Amino acid sequence: MSAIHDFLGKSARENVLNAIELVKNNEKYNSIIHITEKRALERAQKIENGEITGKLKGVPFIVKDNFLAFDGPTTAASKMLENFNSPIQASAVEKLEKEGAICIGKANLDAFAHGGSTENSAFGPTLNAFDKTRVAGGSSGGSAVSVALGIVPFALGSDTGGSIRQPASFNGVYGVKPTYGAISRYGVVAMASSTDTIGFFTTNANDADLLMNILTGKDTNDMTTIESFYNSNIENIGMKKIGIVKEFLEDGVDASVKDVVNKYIEKLESTGHIVEQISIPIVKYALAMYYIIVPAEVSSNLARYDGVRYGFRSKNIKNISDLYGMSRDEGFEIENKRRIMIGSYVLSSGFFDAYYLKAQKARTILINEFNKAFEKYDVLVGAVAPTTAFKLGENISEPVKMYMSDMLVVPASLAGLPSISVPAGLSTEGLPVGIQLIAKQKNDAILIALANQMEGQNV
Amino acid sequence: MDSISISDVQHLAQLSNLSLSHDEAESLRTDLDKILKYIESLKELDTDGIEPTYQVTDLQNVYRDDEVIESGVEKSDLLKLAPDSNGDSIIVPKVL
Repeated sequence: MSAIHDFLGKSARENVLNAIELVKNNEKYNSIIHITEKRALERAQKIENGEITGKLKGVPFIVKDNFLAFDGPTTAASKMLENFNSPIQASAVEKLEKEGAICIGKANLDAFAHGGSTENSAFGPTLNAFDKTRVAGGSSGGSAVSVALGIVPFALGSDTGGSIRQPASFNGVYGVKPTYGAISRYGVVAMASSTDTIGFFTTNANDADLLMNILTGKDTNDMTTIESFYNSNIENIGMKKIGIVKEFLEDGVDASVKDVVNKYIEKLESTGHIVEQISIPIVKYALAMYYIIVPAEVSSNLARYDGVRYGFRSKNIKNISDLYGMSRDEGFEIENKRRIMIGSYVLSSGFFDAYYLKAQKARTILINEFNKAFEKYDVLVGAVAPTTAFKLGENISEPVKMYMSDMLVVPASLAGLPSISVPAGLSTEGLPVGIQLIAKQKNDAILIALANQMEGQNV
Repeated sequence: MDSISISDVQHLAQLSNLSLSHDEAESLRTDLDKILKYIESLKELDTDGIEPTYQVTDLQNVYRDDEVIESGVEKSDLLKLAPDSNGDSIIVPKVL
């Protein structure tokens, strides 16, 4: 794996060509949908001419293919957007480019970011960086695997209910989901607007700190963004009060995962932090809340794909209702349809109060319980995923089993809390395990500083 | 909860503007049934007297000056994205 500083001060052109060669050498992992070679080389030239400079001068990166970017289509890994060439770029991509970074390709994902394995892609699954018979995790699987394979030092992803943290855990890299609203979502394919959060993968805490400084802040093109609050304190963490969330290390979590996470927790203690156990019973209901609220928002956000203005249009249409219905049926993957239809169900009259309203009330309880925990603790910890990377195909026909993989990461999403996945070690089978660190809203810097301190402890 | 029927699935497909094939509807019936049974578990939770949360920032009514901001995107750029257009309008089958 590589870090950002490995690329600084080097030839931008060499950086780009090396990264593209690595993409080609690692084609079998299917982590990249499309290489943006033409634009990458043009930008490298501009950097070498001195026209562009910045903190990420000449550093190659990869972006999940649900971020709009120039030079080729933004597919969201769907047939629906297979040929969609965006006339604009996402704000996050623009911010990185302003600092001299160079996007070299678009990463695979579950279509429209619906999934936890990157098997729901219209372009085939991404394979795990440690074991090609296992899943990458998802939905940002291509971004995670690209960083884990050392193709680039960092990659952008989106996390609606664990889509950065879970694949980070499965591939042994850092996965950062900041506070909701910290990074602009402008130009990112919308999934569930009340939890969609932009974040990234890195190989170390220092790079995460640098990217938070660059990417966060208000964007007039995304009215849900908040003023920059990120206060880098990576060298000065101090003693923290850490709560181990009992429910995040219970029966549903594999022993091999628990062992690795518990070892990390012991290190936190021996480093001098106060570590105690805490119970937040409501988190057990978070996955049920999530699979009401998120499909509801998905059904609304995906209504725009109608085959009229952009995206896929079925060839077999006779009239306007075929145009909508058949274009959507042929353009969406099966998991997209499941979520759209669950959303239609929970929002339909007669069921609204029993499902959608109920879930939003439960969400209030969840937020209150988290707030209570943060009166006592600076950081909450637990496993990221209940298992290590599972086998390809293992959960694909069992949607509820697949959803279970996200049961420990959706609580922070529903509450808009910053949550990061930090590589904690390898299981007895040699598969990576991440530990999840969660803080109060806008306390993202504490998480990254803590991870940085533990990196120094050789966990 | 009763299991959902194939006609429930067809109704949801209609609400969702999805023209499902028969086989697809049948497999979705099984999947949706399992998902709905899972989310039913929320019914155990007492939420009486609790206010719902629809968003997690404390932002409300974010305004900006009422000025045109140039996006740099031209009408022709957008028309190029349409599956069928005549250079000035998007073409769809006859509606009426």
